[in-house]
Amino acid sequence: MSDIEQIPVTVTVNGKKVQRFVEARTLLIHFLREELNLTGPHIGCETSHCGACTVEMNGMSVKSCTLFAAQANGAELTTIEGMANPDGTLSALQEGFRQMHGLQCGFCTPGMITRAHTLLKENPNPTEEEIRMGIAGNLCRCTGYQNIVKAIQYAADQLNQPETQEAAE
Amino acid sequence: MNDMTPTREQREAALEGMGCKRKRVEDVRFTQGKGQYVDDLKLPGMVFGDFVRSPYPHAKITKIDATEALKIPGVIAVLTAEDLKGVNLAWMPTLAGDVQMVLADGKVLYQNQEVAFVVAEDRYIADDAIQLVEVEYEELPVLVDPFKSMDPDAPVLRPDLEGKTEGAHGPRKHHNHIFNWEVGDEDETAKAFAEADVTINEMISYHRTHPSPLETCQCVASMDKVKGELTVWGTFQAPHVIRTVASLLSTIPEHKIHVIAPDIGGGFGNKVGAYPGYICSIVASIVTGVPVKWVEDRMENLSTTSFARDYHMTTEIAAKSDGTVTGLKVHVLADHGGFDACADPSKWPAGFFNIVTGSYDFPAAHLSVDGVYTNKAPGGVAYRCSFRVTEAAYCIERAMDILAQKLDMDPADLRMKNFVKADQFPYQSALGWEYDSGDYHTAMQKAMDTIGYRELRAEQKAKQEAFKRGETREIMGIGVSFFTEIVGAGPSKNCDILGVAMFDSAEIRVHPTGSVISRMGTKSQGQGHETTWAQIIATEIGIPAADIMVEEGNTDTAPYGLGTYGSRSTPVAGAAIALAARKIRNKAQMIAAHMLEVSEYDLEWDIDGFQVKGNPEARKSMKEIAWAAYHAPPPNMEPGLEAVSYYDPPNMTYPFGAYFCVMDIDVDTGVASTRRFYALDDCGTRINPMIIEGQVHGGLTEAFAIAMGQEIRYDEMGNVLGASFMDFFIPTAVETPHWETDHTVTPSPHHPIGAKGVGESPNVGGVPAFSNAVNDAFQFLGSTHIQMPHDSWRVWQAAKDLGAHG
Repeated sequence: MSDIEQIPVTVTVNGKKVQRFVEARTLLIHFLREELNLTGPHIGCETSHCGACTVEMNGMSVKSCTLFAAQANGAELTTIEGMANPDGTLSALQEGFRQMHGLQCGFCTPGMITRAHTLLKENPNPTEEEIRMGIAGNLCRCTGYQNIVKAIQYAADQLNQPETQEAAE
Repeated sequence: MNDMTPTREQREAALEGMGCKRKRVEDVRFTQGKGQYVDDLKLPGMVFGDFVRSPYPHAKITKIDATEALKIPGVIAVLTAEDLKGVNLAWMPTLAGDVQMVLADGKVLYQNQEVAFVVAEDRYIADDAIQLVEVEYEELPVLVDPFKSMDPDAPVLRPDLEGKTEGAHGPRKHHNHIFNWEVGDEDETAKAFAEADVTINEMISYHRTHPSPLETCQCVASMDKVKGELTVWGTFQAPHVIRTVASLLSTIPEHKIHVIAPDIGGGFGNKVGAYPGYICSIVASIVTGVPVKWVEDRMENLSTTSFARDYHMTTEIAAKSDGTVTGLKVHVLADHGGFDACADPSKWPAGFFNIVTGSYDFPAAHLSVDGVYTNKAPGGVAYRCSFRVTEAAYCIERAMDILAQKLDMDPADLRMKNFVKADQFPYQSALGWEYDSGDYHTAMQKAMDTIGYRELRAEQKAKQEAFKRGETREIMGIGVSFFTEIVGAGPSKNCDILGVAMFDSAEIRVHPTGSVISRMGTKSQGQGHETTWAQIIATEIGIPAADIMVEEGNTDTAPYGLGTYGSRSTPVAGAAIALAARKIRNKAQMIAAHMLEVSEYDLEWDIDGFQVKGNPEARKSMKEIAWAAYHAPPPNMEPGLEAVSYYDPPNMTYPFGAYFCVMDIDVDTGVASTRRFYALDDCGTRINPMIIEGQVHGGLTEAFAIAMGQEIRYDEMGNVLGASFMDFFIPTAVETPHWETDHTVTPSPHHPIGAKGVGESPNVGGVPAFSNAVNDAFQFLGSTHIQMPHDSWRVWQAAKDLGAHG
């Protein structure tokens, strides 16, 4: 190993508190993937364009390829691995992507779903235009986005149903 | 029967077989972030490799000094061409019959070429070390323009080929010439032009671009020195071919090489070839004895592994005054970069570009392609296309529009007039192909009716008048594209890769309880094979798709196949699957006959089992038969229920389609907005309509990107432009148009289930539809042809050049 100084980073990831020592230059995406073995978020460009590395940090979507792990110190993070329902079934968004054929190779999918998750918190009932604008930071090479839009609409419909809301409360 | 007995419809539905919009099995893991891609792999002791790359596009290398780099703690090795020479791997053969440097051997031929391979304990240290490897370059004159490549004084790019007048595909006429490929009857074609009422001649360029899957190329190589076995996990669209190549290059016996392609994050042709990163990782693992991971970054991906297109097509059509085409003449100048690394079947230096007569009945045609070297990255892969078919489709579809303009005919009417007619199939094209089936007029008419073509033309005319009167600054274009693809490579009589015939394979094993494991020689990169292959088997042997597991990508377990690209999976492996399944059904019939104590000829197949003809109550389901196959097979019959099939297709398949694009262009900003895009595809029998539609959406989005701005450009110094997602256009959800899809069904007569393949059609047909829309919009201002890509700046420039800015 190199002799570069290690600094402590403490984060809560998918509800679980973890502490590690990392180099100051360690990117958050590498911290998640290499240190915590959370390989759901992917690396597609390393320049914040593609969004495959999107995670939620303190309620906001961030591109973990252009954040240092140290910048996440003390933060609450949610990755695709924390997206399923507590009983292990697919969340409304995950189910929406499956039902509407919102994915093909699956490489952008974790970032896309994680972004959509935050988007629906920001705007629970988005129009198609708002969805398209809301996921414009996430690139997909396979689907042409049309079915991704439908998948997010599917999830919004599910989540907006009164019984679902009650169950959640 | 009681009320609980399922109806035939229910039994059929339970199979989720062919034609069903079955939800994808892959999605359960992908939506949870549980896909297993190469970079997710972590092995004990694994180290990382990364490249020192050349900042110069053409230079001699006078010195490489890794002393300082090796002083960094954690740096294990720095490999150069000199090291690779020790294992005879400084150069590697390409699929196109050329050789390519693995690491720069004395010189570099393009910017970002691989110069040295740094191996370090982690990727950050490798990056540190790269900065400290000192390389001394001596710059050489740079050749960027392919049209100047064969000038007498053009710089010699490949001293290794000096004096060689014979290349892999015949004579070379210049030191930067790679090959000339000629097809067709030159004299007949000249005669057609001599007798023509009307001719057109246009240089149509299809610019250089890149497949750019979201996951870059990457691998992990692990040499077990004790066992003498090499395992390579990688982003391989053709894992078996990679293993054969690895064995031939490394001299490790093929059975001691395990190539595994796990989940792949998109390929689009980028992941067919063998790249220096794979070779260096393998060598580094052999040298160090530990696993070595190599992961390209995006800039490396866009600037080094596999460009696509870069065809400059001088196109001439001869026609009668009524619009009947009589001759086609095309000369292509093909820019192959520094090495000829085209991923085509070996005997096809320009792929299947000779499909360039398209959907039209040309009595005579002649094609000549010259491949040349330039100081650009090698590649020439089929970016979501079957080996240069997209270039051919763009060429003929653009040219037909230009001819229509010259004749003052409607471009849709001109196409209708010249289509190969339904009763002409199987159709022999002037350039040597036998089209299997088609019904072009029906497809075109359906498309025109659906979009209201005549009304759109009337609206366009009114808009043009309004524009001329100064009432609007917006013009309207209607892009017409009718493409014929050639996919499913291919018959062994004319298709091989490095001598291996381009068959494909399937192995199906029915377990005693009636569930199935099946393996194929193909490899999905998002196409959903785990879902669709099971659907074919379900229909063929009556076992629910949910009980069928599909596995691909492990060369130890899957039967040998040539992989997934060129829309070949369904035409070739799809056929192998159906035929393997039919072998199982044949054996099942004999077992059922034994169980029911009748002759097998007294049985008939019925959805999910065999029944006695005329007595459907006497039946055995496949599940029961499977149990009997292991428990009590008929006397003298081998137990078990499994089959393997290697399928050598008798012909290619020829999917086709009619695409229409309606576009509004603001001449003052150059912004082109796609108002409507309608795509009618005919891919023969449809296995899973949901997946087909998804593939069409994706392919159209790629076509939109290519036509409207996606480009790998070089400046005059040879600097690669567009090598990041900042500059390389990948559409987001905001600018991507809405897609309307439709279909007709004309099955392939020679394919066991009549399927033709669809994944690439939308890219092939989409690009001309977009480009024709832009060109169509500007026609009334006097324009004949505007080169792609049509980004807003270039559209604005075109408007300016045509005097539209006043």
